[in-house]
Amino acid sequence: MSSRDSILAAVARNQPELLPLQEVPSFASEEANLGEKFSTVAVSIGSKVFRVQSIEEAKQILLKEHSGARRVISVFPEFADVAEASPVSDTDPHTLADVDLAVLPAQLGVAENAALWVTDAQLPLRVLPFICQNLALVVPQQNIIPLMHHAYDVIGAQEYGFGTFIAGPSKTADIEQSLVLGAHGARTLSVFILV
Amino acid sequence: MTGDTKAIKDHAALADAFNADEPRVNWHDETLWFIRQKRDKAAHTIPDWEQLRETASRIKHNVLSNLHDYLLQFESNAKANGIIVHWAADAAEHNQIVHAILQKHKVDRIVKSKSMLTEECHLNDYLAENGIEVIDTDLGERIVQLAKEPPSHIVLPCIHKKKEEIGDLFHEHLGTPAGMADPQVLTEAARQHLRETFLTRRAALTGVNFAIAETGEFVICTNEGNADMGAHLADVHIACMGIEKLIPKREHLGVFLRLLARSATGQPITTYSSHFKKPREGHELHLVLVDNGRSTQLGRENFRNSLKCIRCGACMNTCPVYRRSGGHSYHTAVAGPIGSILAPNLDMKKNADLPFASTLCGSCSNVCPVKIDIHDQLYKWRQVIVKEGYADKKKRLGMKAMTQAFASPTTFQLAGKAGRWFMRNVPFVVNNNLNPWYKQREMPAPPKESFGEWYQKNRKKTDE
Amino acid sequence: MTVSLFIPCYVDQFYPNAAIATLELLEKLGVKVVYPSRQTCCGQPMANSGFEHLTMESNNQFIENFREFDYIVAPSGSCVLHMKDHLHSGKYPNESESVRQKVYELTEFLTDVLKVNSLKARFPHKVGLHQSCHGQRGLKLASMSELVAPAFSKPEQLLSMVEGLELIELTRKDECCGFGGTFCVAEEAVSVKMGKDRVMDHLQHDAEVITGSDMSCLMHMEGILRRKKSNVRVMHIAEILNAQEL
Repeated sequence: MSSRDSILAAVARNQPELLPLQEVPSFASEEANLGEKFSTVAVSIGSKVFRVQSIEEAKQILLKEHSGARRVISVFPEFADVAEASPVSDTDPHTLADVDLAVLPAQLGVAENAALWVTDAQLPLRVLPFICQNLALVVPQQNIIPLMHHAYDVIGAQEYGFGTFIAGPSKTADIEQSLVLGAHGARTLSVFILV
Repeated sequence: MTGDTKAIKDHAALADAFNADEPRVNWHDETLWFIRQKRDKAAHTIPDWEQLRETASRIKHNVLSNLHDYLLQFESNAKANGIIVHWAADAAEHNQIVHAILQKHKVDRIVKSKSMLTEECHLNDYLAENGIEVIDTDLGERIVQLAKEPPSHIVLPCIHKKKEEIGDLFHEHLGTPAGMADPQVLTEAARQHLRETFLTRRAALTGVNFAIAETGEFVICTNEGNADMGAHLADVHIACMGIEKLIPKREHLGVFLRLLARSATGQPITTYSSHFKKPREGHELHLVLVDNGRSTQLGRENFRNSLKCIRCGACMNTCPVYRRSGGHSYHTAVAGPIGSILAPNLDMKKNADLPFASTLCGSCSNVCPVKIDIHDQLYKWRQVIVKEGYADKKKRLGMKAMTQAFASPTTFQLAGKAGRWFMRNVPFVVNNNLNPWYKQREMPAPPKESFGEWYQKNRKKTDE
Repeated sequence: MTVSLFIPCYVDQFYPNAAIATLELLEKLGVKVVYPSRQTCCGQPMANSGFEHLTMESNNQFIENFREFDYIVAPSGSCVLHMKDHLHSGKYPNESESVRQKVYELTEFLTDVLKVNSLKARFPHKVGLHQSCHGQRGLKLASMSELVAPAFSKPEQLLSMVEGLELIELTRKDECCGFGGTFCVAEEAVSVKMGKDRVMDHLQHDAEVITGSDMSCLMHMEGILRRKKSNVRVMHIAEILNAQEL
């Protein structure tokens, strides 16, 4: 018997009587102002949050915040004069090693944990939001939802090859529980809430 | 405790050694208690916390009761997504599968993000013996790897190490200035060193936090971004998971991702929660499903619930014994309370001491995000271990003697002066200097008379 | 109402005052109290060491001693929890079930059955309350710091009725003291360290007396206090609820 079959046989033999899968109760949030909740949590996990009216406004802020950035990648046409357009999908991901700033849209933001959902629909290359030194994500205010349950309601059966929630800059507290931002991924995360 | 099992590592002896340095024990205890407090704070921000735990627990109960079908569903969806699925009956087969994939791609250097399963299977040693270099990329794991130690905690691998010791390691291996112990500087040094590694390794190995039967995708949670850096840069991504990591539906991630990081570190969510559904265009994505004793544990009615574990480590942070004995005292890949109910399933003889490394205080069961009855299982493992004959012979005789002595109310009452019988018959008060009770504690002072004697004199007549 | 007293073996032998206080307190509250004299040990030390199968005889003895009474009350959360969770008997299957239902730890008996809302007690001291794990997490005598749930405490509720008593706050409200039955000798190093840390929390908050509803935890902490030559005393909660100090 193959290992597959022997494992499956052992599992079938040993699993208890079926316990039905119940519906997940509808968890709700009493949070009145989702944008504010999102911002408070985002700041607490090391993100910078800006409320902007336009991508252009976000661009001006980023140019100031990251004035030293040499290589910038953005999928937004507003950045065409200061950034490379998104690389084509068969680009060698290693060539992104020197990206200083990546500016990308996020599909939705979650108020309870300030996580932002992006999939390969927003990511020209999967490694981009991790390998860049600094990351900026833009989310429309109306796409901020209260809890993770709501996030998965929106995501539903969405098709993607890769998707990720990003909540803040890369971090570690492995050395004596001292929080250090910028472990292996982006050192900073700027979130632009588009109102 | 060891008696007839001297050669085997013993929690009490290792804990005793750990306690030789009391200030260090205090530091270890405080550090982990700090994390427990962060967890409490995070839990209290969610009024529905207990209902969330209950929901997670029920989903996991359903998973365990339908695991066979979920495994088939997951396999078929994962394959349809283009993931290459492997099955490993035990640690050895798991290691061989990983090795074979690397051989096929002529890879002799890989990066690995955190995977307690590979610790359990001793993959690093196996690959090293086969000429393959593994670099652990999680900062804590890299630190213990440089120190040639196993992780002492499943979420915080080097929580037992002081920053000065890490500074010395980095000075030796990464060339940081001697005496440099600033976490900021040390982390930056590791970032530079590992970035180079990420960019030059063609294969990446990762663990798996959750796998979804409905979609055939799996999720990896990290704060550092190391799993993503490895996986998205390498030609080959190998993900290894225990078969119990399945959950039925994508929407259930809403429940588990709310619980995982809050329970683990008090964060609202990990920085990255990455969903891998399909391989990158033109690249290979392998997934190894590992049993290694899990199907056996599934058959143990009293212990199968341990398979609900989502590896948050909250039970370790809260455990007053873990905090004061250190992860290495558990001499198994997964330390602490959860490790103590998982390990006897893998090797009852070697791990016979672990279910006894607890006061059964019950704090572990209360923090567990999937409501595993950890302390009740510790009690039940003790019964199994004794029945299977793994209890120390001296202890066995002592218990029999004590039971017999208690069996007769007359002997107990006629023992003479209060306390005297007890001093002779009950292990924790035996009155001599060799008694571990007496080493750092005074004996209770025996009173003039026992309560029974007092009652005879003062109340008995009125009863009759 | 007739209440039978279940006095843990080590309380009988080492801490008769805790048992006497329990008896007197119940009598003061108008309860007829009986002490079945053939009791020995509930079997917990054996069971927690993995020898539950050796406790059949002590279980039968327990049932024979206590089956006839309306209530069984013990000044020990730990022994009560053991009976509630593990009292089984092939000889008396039905009676073991009913006995399990009738066993109460003293403070829960006072708050839940007698519904005591005032006490004639005076104890003008700074007191630290040690929440024993088996009472707190096992019998749910008080809310637990791990859970997101409303706060309550049956022992604190009772202590608040004692005139002059000042209850101190602890840094770690419900951490285990490390007694743990045979754990206290099998894992001597960790057990003592846990006990020292618990004691220190009370000392740092100026406790004059450490109390609790489990004498076993207090015995362990007392052993540490006396080795340190500390003047801080341990007292079972019954002794404080029964106190008439001037």
